Amino acid sequence: MEVFGLYNYWIVIVLMMTGFYVVISRGNLIKKIVGLNIFQTSMFILYISMGKVRGGTAPIIVEGLACPEGAVCYSNPLPHVLILTAIVVGVATTALGLALIVRIKEAYGTVEEDEIQSQEVET
Amino acid sequence: MIAAHLPALQIVLPLAAAPLCLLLRRGTLAWALALAASWAALVCAALLLRQVLISGPISYALGSWAAPWGIEYRVDTVNGFVLLIVAAVGAVILPYARRSVAHELPEEQHATFYTAFLLCLTGLLGVTITGDAFNLFVFLEISSLSSYVLIALGRDRRALTAAFQYLVMGTIGATFIVIGVGLLYMATGTLNMMDLAERLPPLAGNRTVLAAFAFLTVGTGLKLALFPLHFWLPNAYAYAPSVVTGFLAATATKVSVYVLLRFFFTVFGIGYSFEALAIGKLLIPLAAIAILVCSTVAIFQNNVKRMLAYSSIAQIGYMIMGIGFATTTGLTAGILHLFNHAMMKGGLFLALGCVFLRVGSVRLEALHGLGRRMPLTMFSFVLGGLSLVGVPFTVGFISKWYLVQAALERDDWILAVVVLVGSLLALVYVWRVVEAAYFKPAPEGEGEGAVKVEEAPLSMLIPTWVLIGASIYFGIDTSLTVGVARQAAAQLIGGAS
Repeated sequence: MEVFGLYNYWIVIVLMMTGFYVVISRGNLIKKIVGLNIFQTSMFILYISMGKVRGGTAPIIVEGLACPEGAVCYSNPLPHVLILTAIVVGVATTALGLALIVRIKEAYGTVEEDEIQSQEVET
Repeated sequence: MIAAHLPALQIVLPLAAAPLCLLLRRGTLAWALALAASWAALVCAALLLRQVLISGPISYALGSWAAPWGIEYRVDTVNGFVLLIVAAVGAVILPYARRSVAHELPEEQHATFYTAFLLCLTGLLGVTITGDAFNLFVFLEISSLSSYVLIALGRDRRALTAAFQYLVMGTIGATFIVIGVGLLYMATGTLNMMDLAERLPPLAGNRTVLAAFAFLTVGTGLKLALFPLHFWLPNAYAYAPSVVTGFLAATATKVSVYVLLRFFFTVFGIGYSFEALAIGKLLIPLAAIAILVCSTVAIFQNNVKRMLAYSSIAQIGYMIMGIGFATTTGLTAGILHLFNHAMMKGGLFLALGCVFLRVGSVRLEALHGLGRRMPLTMFSFVLGGLSLVGVPFTVGFISKWYLVQAALERDDWILAVVVLVGSLLALVYVWRVVEAAYFKPAPEGEGEGAVKVEEAPLSMLIPTWVLIGASIYFGIDTSLTVGVARQAAAQLIGGAS
């Protein structure tokens, strides 16, 4: 079954939508950052999936590795490298987001979006 | 020798200066270094554009890795022009930044501010110059992360929530862009834009390519504040420090518009984006709604910075409308407005920064009587405002002229009327500021303690007037801007060359 054969892409879509939903629906800023993380992780899995070659091994040159004629026996290393960069970006985003939440908590005394908004309306 | 490496220097100079600013720790030294780096970037950009206009597109293999495998930096007329806009605005704003930052930020944050500013400049230049789709994402995130920091430095606590909101929206947008780039890589096996442009046409019916197109459009739309995706922008611009608002308003959204152009015209090709998928049918109505709705919302704002932020979304509508036409005249109008709006909106926000320095507020009530107390600042605001309206002999008129022409070429009277109504709405909100500044009496001084409001310092007035002056100069002598924009438009329409 082709549909189940592509199960890693199904996981990507489920994770993506879960993360997206959390970002939109939650009023707690920390939960928003968690949702954002799940959302980004789905993209990491998408990239890692596309680099996989069935039956392929890690892309390291090894003496005596039997590779059938014309077949590819290494996974594609490029998506892995790309996603390392994206993971670094994701870590930086999360760190900055959490740092902002700390400052917001100091300024407003809360991390709930609706409470912050009601404080703004009063002033 | 050095000339051959200009494309790399363009990015490396500000990038290398950024951590040095942090190491210097002293605000003034960091400022001097940032100033030097931004001027060097301007020189690079000017030389690059000159070289491109004389001898055609430049391709630079970063680290001598040949193009489809290594990262290619590619400069043609379109991004050469955008590079010049970004570098010029950066170079003009930094001299202004010193007094404004000293006034708005505590001493210990100055070095950090210039670090973040240079990183943002690097990111924006990088997005523009790169010919590699994934590299574009990396630079986009460099500029975005640093702009979240810059916005959060605003004195009002609402700057924090605005920066957080922008962080969430911006990250979603950027992630959409990476997903799009990933899907393109799955379909074609390459990340190089020129290579993609060659390999995509045979895949026109492919669903992966279609999904990639959708993700890239929505992701870039979030970044450039395309009408229904603009909610992060007003607060971010309203509460950021004055320098940051001026810089981001003049550059960040413009670079995102360029990214949209690059993907639509170079990577996917005009045949796919505009004929097969008819993306223009989506862009033009959104642009028209942006012009009408956001101009109207701007009229009801009492915070002038917020008013101009809404006006920015409307002005982005003009650019997108020009792009949506997908004709040479339409694209010329869009690219022209990219430049013109950078000049006038940068100048307007800088003038507001001068007001904030002297008065301490940018609410409409605070502007009462300023026409007499800060004549030079307010006069520059009036000129910028006239340009926003599109009065003849200002740049605003030139881009709207071409836009209306492009609309009439398609016999689209309604859109021509939309552009004109947008101008009238702009007249209303600009008039509100003029009325407050020139026709309302200055508030009575509250006894001895009242601070005497005087003209802004020269170090801030000159950059403001340079941008406003440019928006008048290029409204009268249009040969340079129109020539470059037309050539850029022809290059985009003509395809990959």
